[in-house]
Amino acid sequence: MGIRFILMVNKQGQTRLAQYYEYLTLEERRALEAEIVRKCLARTEQQCSFVEHRNYKIVYRRYASLFFLVGVDNDENELAILEFIHLLVETMDRHFGNVCELDIMFHLEKAHFMLEEMVMNGCIVETSKSSILAPIQLMDKMS
Amino acid sequence: MNPFSSGTRLRDMIRAIRACKTAAEERAVVRKECAAIRAAINENDQDYRHRNLAKLMFIHMLGYPTHFGQMECLKLIASSGFPEKRIGYLGLMLLLDERQEVLMLVTNSLKQDLNHSNQYIVGLALCALGNICSAEMARDLAPEVERLLQFRDPNIRKKAALCSIRIIKKVPELAENFINPAAALLKEKHHGVLITGVQLCTDLCKVSEDALEYFRKKCTEGLVKTLKDVVNSPYAPEYDIAGITDPFLHIRLLKLLRELGQGDADASECMNDILAQVATKTESNKNAGNAILYECVETIMSIEDNGGLRVLAINILGRFLSNRDNNIRYVALNMLMKAITVDAQAVQRHRATILECVKDSDASIRKRALELVYVLVNEGNVKPLTKELIDYLEVSDEEFKGDLTAKICSIVAKFSPEKIWYIDQMLKVLSEAGNFVKDEVWHAVIVVISNASDLHGYTVRALYRALQLSAEQESLVRVAIWCIGEYGDLLVNNVGMLNVEDPITVTESDAVDVIEIAIKHHTSDLTTKAMAMVALLKLSSRFPSCSERIKDIVVQYKGSLVLELQQRSIEMNSIIAKHQNIRSTLVERMPVLDEATFIGKRAGSIQATVSPSAGASINLPNGVAKPTAAPLVDLLDLGSDDVPAPSSSGGDLLHDLLGVDLSMASTQSGVNHAPKNGTDVLLDLLSIGSPTQSSQSVSDMLSSSQDNKTPVSPLEGLSSPSSNSIQPTSAGAAPTIDLLDGFSSNPPKQENNGTAYPSVVAFESSNLKMVFNFSKLPGNPQTTVIEATFTNLSTNIYSDFIFQAAVPKFLQLHLDPASGNTLPASGNGSITQTLRVTNSQHGKKSLVMRIRIAYKMNNKDVLEEGQISNFPRGL
Repeated sequence: MGIRFILMVNKQGQTRLAQYYEYLTLEERRALEAEIVRKCLARTEQQCSFVEHRNYKIVYRRYASLFFLVGVDNDENELAILEFIHLLVETMDRHFGNVCELDIMFHLEKAHFMLEEMVMNGCIVETSKSSILAPIQLMDKMS
Repeated sequence: MNPFSSGTRLRDMIRAIRACKTAAEERAVVRKECAAIRAAINENDQDYRHRNLAKLMFIHMLGYPTHFGQMECLKLIASSGFPEKRIGYLGLMLLLDERQEVLMLVTNSLKQDLNHSNQYIVGLALCALGNICSAEMARDLAPEVERLLQFRDPNIRKKAALCSIRIIKKVPELAENFINPAAALLKEKHHGVLITGVQLCTDLCKVSEDALEYFRKKCTEGLVKTLKDVVNSPYAPEYDIAGITDPFLHIRLLKLLRELGQGDADASECMNDILAQVATKTESNKNAGNAILYECVETIMSIEDNGGLRVLAINILGRFLSNRDNNIRYVALNMLMKAITVDAQAVQRHRATILECVKDSDASIRKRALELVYVLVNEGNVKPLTKELIDYLEVSDEEFKGDLTAKICSIVAKFSPEKIWYIDQMLKVLSEAGNFVKDEVWHAVIVVISNASDLHGYTVRALYRALQLSAEQESLVRVAIWCIGEYGDLLVNNVGMLNVEDPITVTESDAVDVIEIAIKHHTSDLTTKAMAMVALLKLSSRFPSCSERIKDIVVQYKGSLVLELQQRSIEMNSIIAKHQNIRSTLVERMPVLDEATFIGKRAGSIQATVSPSAGASINLPNGVAKPTAAPLVDLLDLGSDDVPAPSSSGGDLLHDLLGVDLSMASTQSGVNHAPKNGTDVLLDLLSIGSPTQSSQSVSDMLSSSQDNKTPVSPLEGLSSPSSNSIQPTSAGAAPTIDLLDGFSSNPPKQENNGTAYPSVVAFESSNLKMVFNFSKLPGNPQTTVIEATFTNLSTNIYSDFIFQAAVPKFLQLHLDPASGNTLPASGNGSITQTLRVTNSQHGKKSLVMRIRIAYKMNNKDVLEEGQISNFPRGL
């Protein structure tokens, strides 16, 4: 299992989406999110996109006001995760049309469905945007 | 419909939460929403179940408890519609976890859905199972998942593959069932199936040796070909990233090849060509290409040796390291760390660049680089590397100094070619970042200094100079005052000048000044002050001219609120004032501290509690054979747990004189019971009075220090208390253990020592007497076990005897059954009963108890009551 959690956080540090692939209690989650968000948001553009925190490595990337943070194991390819974040954003862009914080807030379940098609149990399932979005669009048509 | 349950729409709730200005407002909104959702759940509201669960997921994301919605997920999953199922499964994955029992209830729904005719529903079930399945579910549902690996739609196959990973991780013995289907997935063309199939094979290799062998034999060639196809594939818009087709698949394939090639020359040989191609042909101007190169390098480093490929890999890392992009430099450092075991020479070539990275402005890069430098150091390059690091220490960020200091100290200790270099470097570190130095580091410095007898003068002078410049670095101050105390005479007389030194003129009163500043400085903590006190005592003997002045300084602490300082002050004052005849013997220079013991202790190889009896048997001859040395030893012993009570050659009392150790009580009890020879004078010196009283005062002290756990042991941890049981060196070395024994003393020894608390007559009336005996449970100072013994003083038999007790809130009382309920007349027998009292204010408040005793005498009920407040202090 490579990916342990995926967080989307705005620049004020508020969590907008959280998906964990390992069990943490509510308190542990809150504490973890607070710590890593503080660490990552304090970094400058020039600094590298990787932060070590406890036994995680956090790979993060900022898109406008939204931070995407992915917690991975130590032996995960950091650069690939960085690329994966971009793929995630592109996929959401294709669906929402230039995704923003509000899209994710108000369509939280949809964002989760997309993520579900991309990552399962901490591993990448699919890398083609159209394959990822096909079931979601199908459902949209149905309902 | 209930007007409250319909509640707000999801959008409105999110808006309301967004509009909140403060956390309190947000909490209020969430509380209201949760109340409405609970109400809806209680009413079994069907229409809004879907919406309520969506709300709960949002609330859960914000970090509020949502357990009450768990059952709703199950209901939604059990419903027939796809939208309901979908949100139900999402809720299941977000709100539940595999530890909850509720999950058991979902197994059946999952099984049905895995067999559903609608493939989207099968997909939902697979996804949920893949994310949350427990070992039991894995066993129950593995056949379904195995079958789905051959499902006609690739979107189901890929999910089934990842689901299988979860299953084999939960239940590794199921792995063999998956080997064949997994191998079949490797032949697929669909990228999703391929990437998940490769992942499944990788994980199978990790849990099963058979799987690894199987894939190695049957699949290596196929995988190499697949990788070749992907690398050479024409432009595929769906998977293209920066001109590379599906870099994620590249990376997964490289990872699996790594598993197969590791430890197998044939498999490694088979993949050489394609690895060479990937390493040379991949574009390195985009992140995606670099990600592949990075993975390829790791695979090359892990598989069996091929010199040519390794050179290629090291060159790629060299390029990465000089890249301007911080991300690339970070991964290069990360990889060099792994490469060092394969080719240390190649990594050494990049030393200068790596050293630059230690000074980077980016904390992540610095951290990686420092780790790398640490493993790069060897006897050959330790001097230049240490110099670089120490120079950098001066300008580094405050938050980095801790890590950096720890690493430098470790390097210096490990590779120092000579003592003088070690001392020089450590003094630099202490002056620069003494506040970041851990205790064991400066303890080690003292041990080394103590052993370098030809450098004592040099060191104490260097420390004196350093102290003038960096008086704010606490651990420098401590080392300096210890050395000035020990070697003050060498400081003043410029003894043992080395050629490299500039002579300095220090008067006796200058030396005392330094200590006085340290003891009076507001930032000095208790340890420093206590050490300064000992140093002053030593100087009072070394510098007779300053004796009066030192006495004045020491006396100032007679009223210190800190017990430790007060005690030292009083004791040292009496030594200076009244016992000049023994003072010079008392404060003789410390014997050389034993390095081996100290290292042994640091390595943690021997537990402190190992065979105290063995320690005693070693110590015993020591105390007897060297009666003159022992007092000195014990004088400064801050925690010798192993000093056995019987080795009572006067030393023990002196030991008590300065000691603060918990294990003291054991010595004390020895004092009380063993006949003493010639120690009475010293007892008087303590001016505490009779031995019994001193015993009590010690136990008080014990209880107080037990609480705050910060008893002073300036030299704590300098040597191992139990490693002296394997002390190979001469008798002269043994005292050093006592000398510096720290607080690692084994507490049980102290606590076992129930005799420290005298029995009391807790209650006595004309008819009845009750005696309390006290003991402590090992490892639990708060709890006192009281054995109550009742004796009948009258001439009538008491029947139906009942003892009751009550305690204030800070105490907890447990009464065991009494030994009987009939008490024979005239003291011809007794009843005993055990009480256990736990004092939550241990060390602050004493025990107190109200009692009531009821019995029948001549068939008449008698009731006796009383309060016990004469418990020994410190219980």
